[in-house]
Amino acid sequence: MRHISTSEITSKVKELCIRAACELGSDVIFALEGFRGKEESPLGKEVLDQIIENAHIALKEDAPMCQDTGIAVFFVEVGRNAKLDGKLEDAINEGVRQGYNEGYLRKSVCHPLTRKNTGDNTPAIIHTKIIDGDKVKITIAPKGAGSENMSRLAMLKPSQGLPAIKDFVINTVKEAGGNPCPPIIVGVGIGGNFEKSALLAKEALLRNVGTPNSERELDALEKELLEKINNLGIGPMGFGGRTTALAVHIKTMPCHIASLPVAVNIQCHAARHKEAVI
Amino acid sequence: MAHPIKITPPLTDADVEKLKAGDKVLITGVLYTARDAAHKRLMELLDKGEKLPFDIKGQLIYYVGPTPAKPGQVIGSAGPTTSGRMDAYTPRLLELGLKGTVGKGQRSADVVEAMKKHKAVYLAAVGGAAALIAKTIKKAEIVAYEDLGPEAIRRLEVKDFPAIVVNDIYGNDLCKIGMEKYRKAV
Repeated sequence: MRHISTSEITSKVKELCIRAACELGSDVIFALEGFRGKEESPLGKEVLDQIIENAHIALKEDAPMCQDTGIAVFFVEVGRNAKLDGKLEDAINEGVRQGYNEGYLRKSVCHPLTRKNTGDNTPAIIHTKIIDGDKVKITIAPKGAGSENMSRLAMLKPSQGLPAIKDFVINTVKEAGGNPCPPIIVGVGIGGNFEKSALLAKEALLRNVGTPNSERELDALEKELLEKINNLGIGPMGFGGRTTALAVHIKTMPCHIASLPVAVNIQCHAARHKEAVI
Repeated sequence: MAHPIKITPPLTDADVEKLKAGDKVLITGVLYTARDAAHKRLMELLDKGEKLPFDIKGQLIYYVGPTPAKPGQVIGSAGPTTSGRMDAYTPRLLELGLKGTVGKGQRSADVVEAMKKHKAVYLAAVGGAAALIAKTIKKAEIVAYEDLGPEAIRRLEVKDFPAIVVNDIYGNDLCKIGMEKYRKAV
């Protein structure tokens, strides 16, 4: 067994919270620049320029790229030979508390009914997996509400098949319009069950933009959906244009013979995720 | 593209009549911030027949919940939030003389109608460009509901705050026009 101190996890989480808020991934910047070159709308080009400039300012000045620094979502892989000296959940929440406070990030978490702010952006949403090895891998993907609110889930009938999946994805993006801050990244989860499809959609967003899907059929489906989405004309910020989405990412898993769950998790252009291995 | 139109609140009917969907504007002067929780409280005041914490006539409300200011900063990052969440509250404020709102995304049919009726505009700023937009904010002070933290009502003084007219008083909608123009048949 390898001993890992929870205080190390806390300090890593704190650092990840701040870095995720201020450093947009180079994959996203590269995609934004690529689409900027192809954008036909003059206003759309200006919007993309502002988004790219904003990302550079955020990086240079250690400023959050977006004021919605999100609810903190974690994907944690714990090696089965790693022995923690305390509770993983507590260590992560303490890291969030410190990161959002000391990093001057916005505390955006509240009671669902009274709407009273918890004051420190906790509790975080934590998904944990036990894997082989003796390391702990922590991935943070803070999620703003503008895009999260536009996400949808459908329990389709198996008889409806692929055409209905495509329609559901495209209609979800169409209905969202300019609300989720396009250009967006569209995470799609197909299969599993009700909650698993949503989790697959969210996990799909962790893949770097520009990397192909490892399954050939899914890669083709992603490209087809991306083209159809960009043909909607919604454009940057919904002002009209050819750049509505930078990518479509799909994850699948087997499901019940009577079910066809499909979840669409919309991600704004501030597609933040950072990881660390302890 | 045409040069941006400079506007300084409080706005008059004549100021608003000049603005058309798709126009770029630069706002200089005062913007009041309010979002979900603050709007709810404003409605409660109106229900009780009480006065609002600031004179809304001719003003613009910016839908934003900024990040905390670091030492020495006026404000943290401060981009627009989704305007549609305030749709339920907006017509009542327009009736009282609010001349415009600034946010991102689309407005409901009720809000669009109310804007036509009361001569007001809806402007959008670039969502997610929060560090860039913050540079146009020169002063920020809380005027009400400090307990709401990022959702408190703030009086901002801005210089050349960039925005786009999405809905004008003539019923034009930039998002609809733009989408129609760049849509391609699938």
